[in-house]
Amino acid sequence: MDGVIIAMIVLIAISSFFIALGCIGLHRFPDVYTRLHAATKTTTFGMIFFSAAVILFGLWRFFEADEVNKGAYLTLIGHTLVALILLLITNPTGAHAIARAARRSGIKPEQAVIDEFEEVEP
Amino acid sequence: MLTFLVTFIGVLLLYLLLVLGSGEPGGTLGIYFAVEEIVAGVVLSLLAAVVSRMLLGKGENDVIGKPANIVVKPAIFIVYLFPFIIAMAFANIDVAFRVITGKIRPGIVRIKPRLRTNLARTVLANSITLTPGTLTVDVDDRTGDFFIHWIFVKDTRTDQEKMREVCGGFPEWARRVAE
Repeated sequence: MDGVIIAMIVLIAISSFFIALGCIGLHRFPDVYTRLHAATKTTTFGMIFFSAAVILFGLWRFFEADEVNKGAYLTLIGHTLVALILLLITNPTGAHAIARAARRSGIKPEQAVIDEFEEVEP
Repeated sequence: MLTFLVTFIGVLLLYLLLVLGSGEPGGTLGIYFAVEEIVAGVVLSLLAAVVSRMLLGKGENDVIGKPANIVVKPAIFIVYLFPFIIAMAFANIDVAFRVITGKIRPGIVRIKPRLRTNLARTVLANSITLTPGTLTVDVDDRTGDFFIHWIFVKDTRTDQEKMREVCGGFPEWARRVAE
């Protein structure tokens, strides 16, 4: 069963790496749009790996546990799946809402080489 | 009626996922589900379907309400997940690279994917946000034009070429999934 624990550690390490990069990007990038890039993509991707680790743990314990305790691990798997689905839908939608609100309230992208939104709504 | 049924089944599936593992050993449905939870789930899903009937499935661009779409579209969506996840992995390596090197050349570009339904636009906008170096800023509801913040703008000549660079094959996928 050591294999499962190693697989879980690898999954959690990958997710931590991407989420840490997202946090660094949040400080390094110059304006709200580029920061959103760092914040949304990396956290979504990191959370997929983290959920995979939790689901793996749940499955492993599900097959190992007594009949009485199996239900709890099934619940863990189900809830993680629901959280993952909702995260995949809401994370880009939230980023879109923030970017749209920022652009409509007149925040220009910094260091921009092109801005075709300017033609429609300056 | 079909929209009602699809909403009902969708909400019920989500509810069942939430109460998975609520049963007792030796119960009617084993350890997987408690009977009371199933009854509550059916009642709540019916309620949700009745309430959302006034909002969903309106207009001629309705995707859910067509009988032919029920099986085909979800199947296409599952197939679509594979190229999507690969593109998403590349997106993250790309962002990681930009975070470390700080090499950026941002800008907002306009693309014209010409999608008709709201669902297809939603699918495309979310796909674009989660894939390489692009973030949907705004969508023109009338013409269906997308405004996209691009973290590293490449020089392109035609609109077609620009769309390929920004989102690859995603507009075709969005059309297959939700139109």
